[in-house]
Amino acid sequence: MKKKSRLLMLVGALLPLFLFVFPLWNITLEAPQYPTPLGMDIYINDFADMHPHDIKNINLMNHYVGMKYIPESIPEFKIFPAVIMIMAALGVILAFKTNYKWFLGWFIIMTILALAGIYDFYLWEHDYGHDLDPKAIMKFTNPDGTVMGFQPPLFGTKDILNFRAHSYPQLGAYFLAVGMALTFISYFVGKREKNFKRL
Amino acid sequence: MKRISQILFITAVLSLVITGCADISKDKKTTNGALGSNAAEKVYVAPGEHDEFYAFVSGGFSGQLSVYGLPSGRLFKVIPVFSQDAEKAWGYNEETKPMLNTSYGFVPWDDSHHPDISQTNGEVDGRWVFINGNNTPRIARIDLSTFETTEIIEVPNSAGNHSSSFVTENTEYVVAGTRFSVPVPQEDIAIKEYKGKFKGAVSFISVDPDHGNMDLAFQILLPGFNYDLAHPGRGASHGWFFFTTYNTEEANSLLEVNASQNDKDFIAAINWKKAEEYIKQGKFKTMPANYAHNVYDEKTHTATSIMKKEVKVLDPAECPGLVYFLPTPKSPHGCDVDPSGEYIVGNGKLSADLTVHSFSKMIKAIENKQFDGDAYGIPIIKFEDALAGVVSQAGLGPLHTEFDGKGNGYTTFFISSEVVKWKLGSWEVIDRKPTYYSVGHLMIPGGNSRKPFGKYALAMNKITKDRYLPTGPEVTQSAQLYDITGEKMELLLDFPTIGEPHYAAGIPADLIKPRSKKIYKLEENEHKYGVKNNEDVKVVRNGKEVHVYMTMIRSHFTPDNIEGIKVGDKVYFHVTNLEQDYDVPHGVSMIGANTSELLIMPGQTETFIWEPKQVGVWPFYCTDFCSALHQEMQGYVRVSPASSDIELSWSLGED
Repeated sequence: MKKKSRLLMLVGALLPLFLFVFPLWNITLEAPQYPTPLGMDIYINDFADMHPHDIKNINLMNHYVGMKYIPESIPEFKIFPAVIMIMAALGVILAFKTNYKWFLGWFIIMTILALAGIYDFYLWEHDYGHDLDPKAIMKFTNPDGTVMGFQPPLFGTKDILNFRAHSYPQLGAYFLAVGMALTFISYFVGKREKNFKRL
Repeated sequence: MKRISQILFITAVLSLVITGCADISKDKKTTNGALGSNAAEKVYVAPGEHDEFYAFVSGGFSGQLSVYGLPSGRLFKVIPVFSQDAEKAWGYNEETKPMLNTSYGFVPWDDSHHPDISQTNGEVDGRWVFINGNNTPRIARIDLSTFETTEIIEVPNSAGNHSSSFVTENTEYVVAGTRFSVPVPQEDIAIKEYKGKFKGAVSFISVDPDHGNMDLAFQILLPGFNYDLAHPGRGASHGWFFFTTYNTEEANSLLEVNASQNDKDFIAAINWKKAEEYIKQGKFKTMPANYAHNVYDEKTHTATSIMKKEVKVLDPAECPGLVYFLPTPKSPHGCDVDPSGEYIVGNGKLSADLTVHSFSKMIKAIENKQFDGDAYGIPIIKFEDALAGVVSQAGLGPLHTEFDGKGNGYTTFFISSEVVKWKLGSWEVIDRKPTYYSVGHLMIPGGNSRKPFGKYALAMNKITKDRYLPTGPEVTQSAQLYDITGEKMELLLDFPTIGEPHYAAGIPADLIKPRSKKIYKLEENEHKYGVKNNEDVKVVRNGKEVHVYMTMIRSHFTPDNIEGIKVGDKVYFHVTNLEQDYDVPHGVSMIGANTSELLIMPGQTETFIWEPKQVGVWPFYCTDFCSALHQEMQGYVRVSPASSDIELSWSLGED
C-alpha cells in the first residue's frame, strides 16, 4: 500500500521534465498592423519564435522606444535546466529511498525555487522594459511625467501604447504545476498509508 | 478586330433595326432590374473581407496581366510580364533585365492576350498562370505563390503568337499557335509566293510537373493559314488540341476581303498524344532555330537568359493521324471545348451561327475514313459527319464561348454586343443580355476546365463610350460582371481594366491563398551580391566599376555615407532587404539614376546602376513608406572629380 504515495512522488518529480519539450511561458503582442500577432515562447533553455522571425520583428519594433534586443541566451538558460534536472533526480531518489515526510520537503524546496524563478523573470522583464536607450527615437511619458516603461505583464494582459501584451503560462508550466501538486498530495497519501498500516 | 468592326458596322446597325426592337426594350428592363434588385449587395465585399475569386485579366497592348477580385471588381495588382514596369523595376533592375531578352535583343514590350491557369486532372489548381506575348512570340509563366513572372520562353518559326497560351488537362503542355504564317525557316522571298511557301507553326511547350519549367517540346508545321484561337480536349478528347483557322484562302493582301471568301474555314484537330509517339519514333526533323529561354531563380533573385538553337518539327503530311480539319463557318474565332470534352464550339465571327462539332462523331468519321479530300495532305472531315448541332441565328459575330458546368454555353457576340446563354444538346437560346459595347472574350472561373465555377461571367468589352466619366479620346477599357446562377443572367457591375482585356482566367481565391509566399527567407538568399548582415557590407572598386553591397532595414541603409566615388564611374547598388516581416518592402532610388527605383521585398536583393555625371554630394532614399522613420531613411554619396585620389570609404552612425 505504500506504493501509491511513492508512485505519486515519482510521477510528480518527473513531470517537470516536460519543460524540456514544451514552453514554460508565452508573451504575445497584438496590434492593428499585426493581424497575425507577434509572439515569443519562453522555454526552460531558450527563447523561440511563435511564428518565424517573430523575435527579430519584436526587436525591430522595440528599438523605436529604445528597448534592448532580446538576447540570444541568458544565464538562466543554464541555471534553470540544471535546477529542474537536479530536482527531478532528487525526487526520484526520495520516491524510492525515503519516507513520505521528505516528499513535503521536496515540495517546499521546489515551491521556493519556482517563486525565485518567477521573481527572476519579473526582474528581467522590468529591466527590459525600463532600462531604455537614452537616444531612443521615441520617448513617451506617463500622465504623472515619469518616463513610460514598456514592461510586459508578469501574468495577464496589459495595453502598452498601440500593443496589447499577453503573458501566460504554457504547457510546460502546467506540467510543472501538476507535478508539484502530485508531490504535495503524495505527502498526505503517504501519511494516510502510514496511519492505515498502524491500524 | 477593329478592322472587322469597321466593315461590319453597317451590318450591326442593320441588325439593330431588324432584331433590335425587342432587345432595346429588354435592355431598359435589365437596367431597371439591376437597380431594382440587390446587384450592389451581390458585389459588395465588406472592409477586411476577401473576394471569392481572383480574375487574371490580360493587359492587351500593355503587355501585362492584371489581377482583379470578383465579385468586387477591385484591382489588386498589375503583374509585369512582357513590358517594363517602373513600379516594380521590372525590366529595369539588373535581375529582371534578362527576362525581356529575345532573339531580337531586349524587347521591353509585347501584346499579351490569353492567360490560362495550370490544371490538374482537368481542374484549375492555382499554381501558375501562363500568358502569351503576341507580337514577339513568347509564352510566360507566372508563379501564383508570388504573383511574379518567373519564366519566359520565346517561340521560333512563329509570328503573332495568338492561339496561345492554353494548357492541357494536367498541364502537360502549353500551346503556342501562330496567327501569321511565315516562311519557315525565314527567307528573303516575294510576298506573292505566300501560297504553299508560308507555314503556320503550332508549338507544344512542355511544363515540368513539379517546378513548372517550360521547354519547347516540338512544333507541327501546318499549312499557311492563320491560327486564331485554341482549346485543349478534355475527358474523352484529352490528348487532342483544337485550333481555329481563318484565311484558308491563303491570301496575302487585303485579307478583310480576300480571307473572307471561303464559306468554311477549319478547326484543326491535333492529336498530340500521336505527336508524342512520332517524336519517340524519331519522325521529326531537327531544325536550326534561335530563341531565348529566360528563367528567374527565386534563390538567387536573378534571371538568366540562354539562347536555344534547335527545334524538333513534325510535318503532318508525313505523320498520318496527327492532324484533321473540321470545316467550320466562317472565319471562326473562338474554339471552345465544353467541360465534358465532347463538344467543340467554333464561332464563325462572320456568321450568325455557332457550329458545334462532336468529338465522338469526329472519331467515328476518322475510323470510317469519311473524308472530303485533303489540304496539304491533311484529311478534311465532311462537315455533316462531325456536326453535333448548330445554335442558329443566336446573334451577330459570335466570338468566344465559356461554360457554367450546368449544361449551358455562354457566347459573346461582338457585332450585336451581347452575351447569349444557350443549352448544350438542344442548342436553344435561353437568355441574352447586352454588353457595353462590342464584347470580346468572356470568362467564367474554371470555364476552360472540367469543373467551371458557374457563379459569375466576366465579359470583356472593346468599347466603353458613355459608361464612365470621359477621359479624353482614350477612354478606359472595361469589363462587366454578370450573375449567372439563375435561369436569366443579371448584370451586376462595370469596372475599368488595364489595356485591352483580351481574355481572362479565373479561380476561387481559396485555391491560391494557402500557397501565398509572405517573405523571402534571408538564409535562402543566394544572390551573388547579397549581404545577410551588416558586418559584410562593403564597397569594392574594380577599375571604373564600383560595387556597393548595401543593406536596408527599418529605418536606415547600411552604409549611409559613401565617399570615393568618381565622375565616370559605373556604380552598382546591390541592395538587400534584411527585413523578415510580412509586407515590409523598402525602396531605393538615387538622384540622377537612369533607371527605375527598386522595390525590394523582405529577404530579397536587387541591383541598379548609377553613373554619376557631376561632382557633388548626392542623396539616395527609401521610396516606399516603410515606418514612422521612413523620411529619415536616406544617405549620401560623395562624388569627386575623375582625377581625384580619395579612397573609397563608407560608414553608418559615425560622425
